[in-house]
This record gives sequence, C-alpha cells and structure tokens, in this order.
Amino acid sequence: MSTAIKDTQKMIDEVLDAYPEKAKKDRAKHLAANDPSGNCSTCKVKSNIKSRPGVMTVRGCAYAGAKGVVWGPVKDQITISHGPIGCGQYSWWSRRNYYNGQTGVDTFGTMHITTDFQEKDIVYGGDKNLDAALHELHDLFPLAKSVGILSECPVGLIGDDIEAVSKKVEKEFKMPIVPVRCEGFRGVSQSLGHHIANDTIKDYVLGKGKLEKTTPYDVALIGDYNIGGDAWASRKMLEEMGLRVIAQWTGDASVNELGIAHKAKLNLIHCYRSMNYICRHMEEQYGIPWVEFNFFGPTKIYQSIRKIASYFDDTIKENAEKMIEKYKPQMDEVIAEFRPRLEGKKVMLYVGGLRPRHTIGAYEDLGMEVVASGYEFGHNDDYNRTYPELKEGAVVMDDASLYELEEFTRRLKPDMVGSGIKEKYSYHKMGVPFRQMHSWDYSGPYHGFDGFPVFARDMDMTVNSPTWNLIRRKK
Amino acid sequence: MMRQIAIYGKGGIGKSTTTQNTVAALAEAGYKCMIIGCDPKADSTRLILNRKAQNTVMDMAREKGTVEDLELDEVLLHGFKGIKCAESGGPEPGVGCAGRGVITAINFLEENGAYGEDTDFVFYDVLGDVVCGGFAMPIREGKAKEIYIVTSGEMMAMYAANNISRGVLKYAQTGGVRLGGLICNSRKTDKEYELISELANKLGTQMIHFVPRDNEVQRAELRKKTVIDYAPDHPQADEYRALAKKIAENKNFVIPTPISMDELERLLMDFGIMESEEAAA
Repeated sequence: MSTAIKDTQKMIDEVLDAYPEKAKKDRAKHLAANDPSGNCSTCKVKSNIKSRPGVMTVRGCAYAGAKGVVWGPVKDQITISHGPIGCGQYSWWSRRNYYNGQTGVDTFGTMHITTDFQEKDIVYGGDKNLDAALHELHDLFPLAKSVGILSECPVGLIGDDIEAVSKKVEKEFKMPIVPVRCEGFRGVSQSLGHHIANDTIKDYVLGKGKLEKTTPYDVALIGDYNIGGDAWASRKMLEEMGLRVIAQWTGDASVNELGIAHKAKLNLIHCYRSMNYICRHMEEQYGIPWVEFNFFGPTKIYQSIRKIASYFDDTIKENAEKMIEKYKPQMDEVIAEFRPRLEGKKVMLYVGGLRPRHTIGAYEDLGMEVVASGYEFGHNDDYNRTYPELKEGAVVMDDASLYELEEFTRRLKPDMVGSGIKEKYSYHKMGVPFRQMHSWDYSGPYHGFDGFPVFARDMDMTVNSPTWNLIRRKK
Repeated sequence: MMRQIAIYGKGGIGKSTTTQNTVAALAEAGYKCMIIGCDPKADSTRLILNRKAQNTVMDMAREKGTVEDLELDEVLLHGFKGIKCAESGGPEPGVGCAGRGVITAINFLEENGAYGEDTDFVFYDVLGDVVCGGFAMPIREGKAKEIYIVTSGEMMAMYAANNISRGVLKYAQTGGVRLGGLICNSRKTDKEYELISELANKLGTQMIHFVPRDNEVQRAELRKKTVIDYAPDHPQADEYRALAKKIAENKNFVIPTPISMDELERLLMDFGIMESEEAAA
C-alpha cells in the first residue's frame, strides 16, 4: 500500500472516530482511499444500500428519480404527481431542463399538475380523482401527447389501482397514459426511480413512435437531460460529425422520440446511472449497440468523438477528425486563458450518479485536481468506472453525510467544492468556494465545445472570486 | 368517569349485535352511552337508531369535500334511551384505506367534543381483524382502556381471539390498554362453555359472560331493534342485562398472555373436539 493511500486512510479513520461504534463500522465501508490500479482490495466502497439513520443523507427517493430525472423533462407529456401536494410542490421545476415549445400549449415542462390528495382520497381511493384529472387535462391541453402518472407514497400504501385507470383512459384518448409505481419508500435512493421509469418507457412508449425513414447514421442521445442546454450542445457536435440524432432522452424530448429510439444504429449514453437499463433493453431486444461517452472538457471530448466515430464509416471518422481540428484552437485558447488562474487548485466533488467521475477530465484540462469525489446514489459499476479516473489517495465517498463532507473539507482544504443545493449554504458559511454541480448553479451548458468555455469561466469565477475572503472568519 | 371500551372479535361473530344489545341494557340501567362504529360496513348502530345505516363521518366528509367542513350534529345521532351513535364509515371493499377512515373519524369526533363530559360509556365496535394501524386506533393512547373479545367455541373464532390478544399485548405494553374478558356468543358447539372458560384462563382473563343462542335476537334484528327494545321481558334480554352489569362492575383487567397455535390445538384436543394426529392416523 502506497503512502498516499495510507495517509488518506488515516485521515478517513480520524473523521470516522466521531461516530458511535456501529455507525463507524457501517460508514467505514463507504469511504475509501482511491487506488487507480485496482490492486488494493480495501480501497473499494460499498454502495447502493440503505442509508444509515441519523447521518442526514442528501439522497432523494424513487419518486424524485422517476419524476425529477427521467420522466419530468419529456416536454409534450403532462406529468401528474399523484398523491398529496408536498411531493409535487417541492419538485416543481428546478433542474432547468431546457426545451423548445410553447409552454401550456404544446409543451408542459415547467408546468405542474398534482391530484392533491385529501383525507377522502386516502380513505376512498384516489382513482376517481385521477380519472377526473386526466379528463380535465385532456380538455385543457389537447396537444399533450401522453400523460405520466407518478405515484407518491400513499398511492402504494392504499393500493390505488392506477394501472386500471390508465388502461381505461388510454383507450378513450388513444395516447399513452403511463402509470409509474415510483412510491418514495421503494428502494434506497432515487436510483430505483430511474430504473422504474426506464421500465415504464419500455412498457408504454418505446417502439410505438413514428419515424418516416432511417439512415445508416441514426443515433439516439440517451441520458442527457439538457440542463442549461447541455443536450443541445452535444447534439450540435454529433450533427457536425454527420450523424443524425433521431431521439434525445429525455432533455427536450418528445414522446415520439421516446417511441423511436429503437430505430437508431447506435445508442449514445451520457448518464449511465439513470438510463443504462433502457440501453441494455434495446441491445437485447433490438440488437442496438450502446456506447458511453463524456463531453466534459476537451480531452474527454476528443476521446469520445473518436470512440463514437469508430462505430461508423470513414466519412464519419474523417468528419470527427476535421471537427477536432476545427475546435481544438478554440479549446486551447480557453485553456490558455483560464489554466494559469486555476492551475494546482484542488476540487472536492459530491454529486449524483455521473458527474463525480465525468467532470474530472474537464477539471484536469484546467490544471485542477479532484482530491475527493463521491456519489449520492452510485452503484458498484459507477465506482469501478471512477477509481481509474481519480489520483491515488483521493477520497472516494458513497452516500456521504454533511459531517463527513465538512470534515474532509477542513482536512483536504479544497479550493472549491462542487455539490448540490443542500450542501451549498453550509459551504458558503464556511467560506469555501462552492459550485452547484447538479444545476450548474443556474449557468450552463457545460457539455461539448459550447460548454467548456462556460465551465472554465464558471470555475474561475467561483475559485477566484474575492467574495470568499470577505466571508471567511478572521483567524 | 368515562369508560372507553373496544369490542373486537372474528368477522361475523356477532360483535355489533352483542355491543348494541349490551349498550341498550346499560342505557336502560341509566348509564349515558355512546357507540362508535369502526367498520366501513357501518352496521354498528342500526339496532339503536331503528333505521338503516346512518350517515357516516367519512361519507359526509366526502360529500362536503373535507372533514373540516363537517358539523358534529350531522354525524352524531341519538337513538334508544338517548344513546349517542356515530359511524366512521369508509370505502367499498378493495379501494382506498379503511384504516385511515377510522383514524380520521375518531379524531374528528374527539376534536369536536362528541364524547361529552356526561358520558359514562363509549363503545368502539371494530371490524373483524386488526389488519392495520387504523383498526388499532380505538385502543391507542388515550382512547379505549378496556377490551372485550367476542368469540364462540368455533376454532377460527378462538384463533382470532388469541390473535387479537397479541395486538392487545402490544398496546398494553406501550399504553394502558387491558383485556377485560371474553364474551362467548354461543354457536352451540360442543363443550363451548368449558372450552371458552379454559381459553380465557389460558389468556389470563375471564369469560365474562356466556350469551346463549336465541332466535329472539334475530327476530329483533329484523325489526332493526335490540332485544331490550323489542322484547324487554324475553329471557334473552336478561342475558344482555347480566352482561351489561358484569361489564359495569368488572374489576378484572389484565395484560393478556396469548398462546401459541400448538397450545390452541392442544386445548381443542384436551376437550376431545379435535382428534390428535396419531389418533386420526
């Protein structure tokens, strides 16, 4: 075991010391010193298991995963939060999944519908209420292409038969009415919600869309939620390579796009954690290969473009090289401008299921080092993809508590922390430069050639802002 | 002091009939009583009110939109000898959550002062099995402290009685609820009196009364009346008066000691009702 790993492990042990015996033993399995070689057997973390009560996990629930991540961004579907008002109210758009269209006419992304359960709905069942809501929505929004029924906890508790309502109304309206059993108490995090949502896309929509003609260059962009326009930046590049993006899942997606992705020649998956399920299904069912790619920062972008091109003919491969040649000077310019201001700065990340590993390359392009990284709801396969990306001795965290995050911050002294809204303000109070890496802190896009200059500017703005010195307590 | 009593027992065993006849006898003796039906079927008060099912709390709440819009006098009716009657109500079978209905209804009645200070007895007539938390509502903190289980000499009724004792045990440990006894509502099975006395003994309680089977009860029921009301001079009316008196004077309240399924079967074998497996083979 190297010194770097030993030192980090020692620091982790010190942080764990504050816990009672049982909690310490449990949390120890979720924190590790990174070993990129994979030789160190104790350098792996346990993941995707129930959070320890009392640690104040920042995880979400199955409903959050199904509604907030996968189904929510589908723009011409109306998404109903079926249940009491709270879940719907607090999930009313905040992920900034951009879309084109006239909201309230042909698209419904930022609108919010809920069946607003009362006592009587719990006691007598919410199915009548749901049926009425579906009919009202059909009258109000005739251009909606489908309706998703996203179950909140009580729906599962009282056994509301939403499938029966869906089946009945589907026949009347002749469009998919998708019952999603994503009750929040199911599973250990939002991750199960992604899986459940993938399954409902498969069961209710996939294979039912219309696509006039196909070409050898048809691809589907999977697992890009178009946060701050990310998917648009990625799509632009794929099109410049000569590929035809027939479907974008699910950022700026139409219901029809969800129905035709199986006609693609290749599925390109950005967020592996939330949508690998459907890619595996299309591979088994329709024989469509899928490939993971990373459009954060020029190094990963060049690698990914070449990897994607390798699935196609020479025309595409040549286009890919031409594109790299065209944009490299621009990317070099960005690096030349920002790298001197960011060189050697340390970053700590704690995000959801993809960015803890996918953004590492972009930081490195700017001369920054990720010293700690962790997932809220990653699985083993995510961590296995992460270890080689991080430096030896970096801290790997799973389902970290705020205490752990704060302690690691005190000890590692990162120059910036990238995490979510729940962490943001405690870091502000600590005077540590902070960037929201779920929503890009109301900025973006960060993907692709369009995104990297924005990413670089934002990180510089965060790390080098004079504000932090005014916040930090005088020693 | 107001005594709150919950009546449990296997579905169809005669809880509602026994409760209403007993309460009628208590009212006749001058006690101020109230019955709260905790069953979506809402058949706990018809013999007292001499009418078909009354408006239930949940049905009225559904009609009005919310429970908050409900007035107490819309759901709290007065019947035989001034007995106050309320039904929680709830959904048709297979939908929604009847348990939540019981919780909502009891909370409503409590918050709106339905119990009143002059009430001597409140009886909760609860649906057959304690299937979820909602049906345990009447025996949770601050509500019924006394429980009577209606049973008969039939195997499944005894099995249910034992099972309900387990529920009581749980709430006896966390709250102050106690078992007041078994009420044997006779089905004329073999050695029924001895068997239920022994079961009561095993559960650490008493068989508070043995109610013989009599068709007068059915005749009264068909006229939407209790026997006390319909045929006050009939001997069966005296049986309910006797049960009422025993309940009013009862001092024997225990934490039950539920038995295992094996013990229950052994009990049936001891009384020669069930053959042992060796004998059967």
